[in-house]
Amino acid sequence: MEFWIELVVSVFLVAGAVFVFIGSLGLAKLPDFYTRLHAPTKATTLGMGGLLAASAILMTYQQGHLSLHELLITLFLLITAPVTAHMLAKTAMHHKLQITEKTVDKELSKRARERNTPT
Amino acid sequence: MLNTAITIATTLVCISLILNLWRLFKGPSRPDRILALDTMYINSIALIILFGIASGTALYFEAALLIAMLGFVSTAAMCKYILRGDLIE
Repeated sequence: MEFWIELVVSVFLVAGAVFVFIGSLGLAKLPDFYTRLHAPTKATTLGMGGLLAASAILMTYQQGHLSLHELLITLFLLITAPVTAHMLAKTAMHHKLQITEKTVDKELSKRARERNTPT
Repeated sequence: MLNTAITIATTLVCISLILNLWRLFKGPSRPDRILALDTMYINSIALIILFGIASGTALYFEAALLIAMLGFVSTAAMCKYILRGDLIE
């Protein structure tokens, strides 16, 4: 295998795995639900994007023709990650979960809860 | 170099799966547990893709795509269930 393809694939792999790890570390360490929600959504887009890009480059090189399976998974994850994050945030808002003290404009959450009925 | 990168990436993804499992057991509220499950299936997709790269076959991408779709549907269903108390009204 050529050296530069191996280098590019390795860099994408390690970068993606580091993003996935940081997302899970944020999920474990951050103080309340709304901050915890922020970390894994970044891991989904950037981390999985990096891993799938590495896989696409390697498969394209090994098989000799363009490999687009990975693009399908990336596209699906990029579409569904904001939808799940929004649904989880709405669920947490209507269950009145604890907000950490450092959050600014906390009184807006009360208004948002009153204005929208859950659908 | 590629083998070292795959080993490092697999180790990091396995550690993040353990962290997700810890949050799944500890999670003080139900949305926390749903979020931990959601992150766990994404990390398992990452693990399957790393296994596919290591073994050099394109066979595992269908499995990864299937896990992605079912995971999204199950997260949406669980959110809907604890939001409304019912799935199909």
